Amino acid sequence: MTAATKKISLLSVVALSCISIFVLYKMGNSWEFAFHSRTIKIGAIAIVSCCVAYSTIAFQTLTNNRILTPSIMGFESVFMLFQTLLVFIHGENSFQAVGSLGNFLISTLLMIGFAFLLYLLIYKRGVDNMFLLLLIGLILGTLLNTLSSFLQLLLDPNNFFVVQGKMFASFNHINQDLIGYAFGVLAITLVIGMRYTHRLDVLALGKNQAINLGLNYDRNIQLFLMLIAIMVSISTALVGPVLFLGLLVSNLTYEILKTYKHHLLIPACALVTAIVLVGGQFLAERVFVLSTPISVIINFVGGIYFMYLLLKKRKL
Amino acid sequence: MFFALLATSVLSLFIGVADLSINDILNADTDKLFILSVSRFPRTISLVLAGIGLSVSGLIMQHLTRNKFVSPTTAGSLEAAQLGLLLGFIFFPLAGMVLNTFLAFAVTFIASLIFLKIVDSIRVRNIIFVPLVGLMFGGILHSGATFLAVNYNIVQDMNAWMMGDFSGILAGRYELIYLSLPAIVITYLYANQFTVVGMGEDFSKNLGLNYPVVMGLGLFCVSLTISVVVITAGFIPFLGLVVPNIVTMIYGDNIKKILPEVALSGALFLVVCDIIGRLVIYPFEIPIGLTVGIIGGIIFLILLLRRK
Repeated sequence: MTAATKKISLLSVVALSCISIFVLYKMGNSWEFAFHSRTIKIGAIAIVSCCVAYSTIAFQTLTNNRILTPSIMGFESVFMLFQTLLVFIHGENSFQAVGSLGNFLISTLLMIGFAFLLYLLIYKRGVDNMFLLLLIGLILGTLLNTLSSFLQLLLDPNNFFVVQGKMFASFNHINQDLIGYAFGVLAITLVIGMRYTHRLDVLALGKNQAINLGLNYDRNIQLFLMLIAIMVSISTALVGPVLFLGLLVSNLTYEILKTYKHHLLIPACALVTAIVLVGGQFLAERVFVLSTPISVIINFVGGIYFMYLLLKKRKL
Repeated sequence: MFFALLATSVLSLFIGVADLSINDILNADTDKLFILSVSRFPRTISLVLAGIGLSVSGLIMQHLTRNKFVSPTTAGSLEAAQLGLLLGFIFFPLAGMVLNTFLAFAVTFIASLIFLKIVDSIRVRNIIFVPLVGLMFGGILHSGATFLAVNYNIVQDMNAWMMGDFSGILAGRYELIYLSLPAIVITYLYANQFTVVGMGEDFSKNLGLNYPVVMGLGLFCVSLTISVVVITAGFIPFLGLVVPNIVTMIYGDNIKKILPEVALSGALFLVVCDIIGRLVIYPFEIPIGLTVGIIGGIIFLILLLRRK
C-alpha cells in the first residue's frame, strides 16, 4: 500500500463517518421521514462531489494552473439566465409550468449547447488558444449576467426570492427522481472519463511534451472539455451554482495527496468534496442553525482561501 | 471628436419624457428651466464625467499592469467598490455619503494593490491569463458582497444599486462625481511618468523615476475615480477596456498624446449609449449598464478574435 492509497482509504473512512453522523444524528420519532430526506441529500452531495472533483481537477490540468475553475467559463450564467427567464415569464407558477425534470433537462442541454457554441466560435477560426476560449466564455458569461440582473430588477420581490433560491446551490429541496437521472448521466460520463485519466497525466506535462509523447493534443482537449461541460452542467442543474467550491477542494486535495496521478487525485478530491459538503451542511443545519445557504458560506471561505493561495505562493 | 461630444451632449439634454425644446429655454420658461437644471444637466454632466473617468482609468491600469486587457471590469475594481459601498451601508447606515465613498475608495485601493501583487507573481505572462485571473478575483470579491447581502436579505436591492443607471440622477445626488475631476487632472499631469512606468519597473528606475510613488499615485487616481463612478451610477462594464484599446490602436501608446482622445471617446461612447437606452423603449429606459455591457462586450469579443 502506497502512501497515497493509504491517505485515500483514510479519507474514505472520514467521509463515511461524516455521512453516517449526518444521517443518524438525532433521528427523532419519525425516523423514516428523516432517514429518507437525509439520504436524498447525501445522494445529491455524492453526485455533486464527483462532478466537481472530476471537472475541476481535469480543468486545472488542461489549463496548467491551480487557480481556475470551470465555472468561470460562463455555464452558471447560462443557468441563471434560464432560471430568471422562467420566473420572468411564468411568475411564481414557473415550477408548475416547467416541471423539475423539464427544468433539469433543459438547463443541462442549454449549458452543454453553450459549451459547443464556444468551441465552434474558436475552432472555426483556427484559434487554438485555451485561455482565449476561457476569456471568451467569461465575457459571454458577463454579458448574460448583465441581462439576468436587468431582468431580475424588473421582478417583484416575491418572484425575486424564487430566483434567489436558485442563485445559490442548496441541497435542501431536491427532487428524488432527478437524482436517478443525474446519476445515470454521471455514471456514463464518469466511466468514460476515468478510463482516460492517464491521458490527463500526460497533458499535465504541457502542450509540447504531450505532443512529443504522441498524444493528439487538440482532440484530447476537446474530449476533456466536453466531459467537463457535461459534469458542470449536471451538477449546476441539479443543485445550482457552486462557483468556488472546486477551487477550495482541489487545492486541499493537492496539499493532502502529493501526487500527479489523476486516477488517485480525482477520487481523493471527490472524497474531500463530500467531506466538506456533508460536514458543512451538518454544521450549518444542525449546529449553527444558519439561514444562509451553505454554498454562499463555501464560496466565501473558498474565496478567502483563493486569496491566501495567490498571496502566499510565489509561482503560479 | 470634441464637437461630436458637444453635439451629442446637447442632444442628450433634450431627450426625455418631459418635453423640452430650445424655444423653451430662450423663452426662459421657469418649469422647463427647472427640469433642465435639476435633471437633464446633472445627468449629461455625470455621463460625460463617468465616461472620461472610466476610460482614463482603464488606460492607466493597462499601462501600470502592462497588459492591454486589464480594466476596471477585468481587475475586480468595480466589485471592490461595490463591496466597500455595501460595507458602508450595512455597518454605518447613518454615516452618509462621505464615509461610504471613503470606504468604497479604500476597498478599491486595497483590491488594486492585491491585484498588482497577483500580476507580479504570475510567472507566465500570458496576456489573456491576467484578465482571466482578474475576473476571477472580481468574482471572489463579489461572492464576499453576496455573502453579506444574503445575510441582510438585500440581494435584490444590491443588484438594483449596482445596475449602471443614470436615470436616478438629480441635482443634489450626483455632485460626488466631481471628485473624479482632480484625479483626471493629476493623471494628465503625470501622463509622461505613466508612459514610462508602462515600460517596466527596471526600465523606469533606470530612467530615474520614483517607481513606487508613481505607481501609488496611479492606483490612487484610478481607485478614486472608479469608486465615485460606481457610487453615483453603478456598474458600467467594458467601457474602460474597449475605449482605450480602440484609441491606442489608432493613435499609439503615448499617454500624454492620447489621453484627451481617450477621455473624449469614452464620454462620447457613454452619452451615445445612454441616448440609445433612452430611446429604444421610450418612454421607459434601458439601464446603461445593459446597453454598454452588450455593445462593449461585443466590441471586446471582436477585438479578441481579430487579434493576431
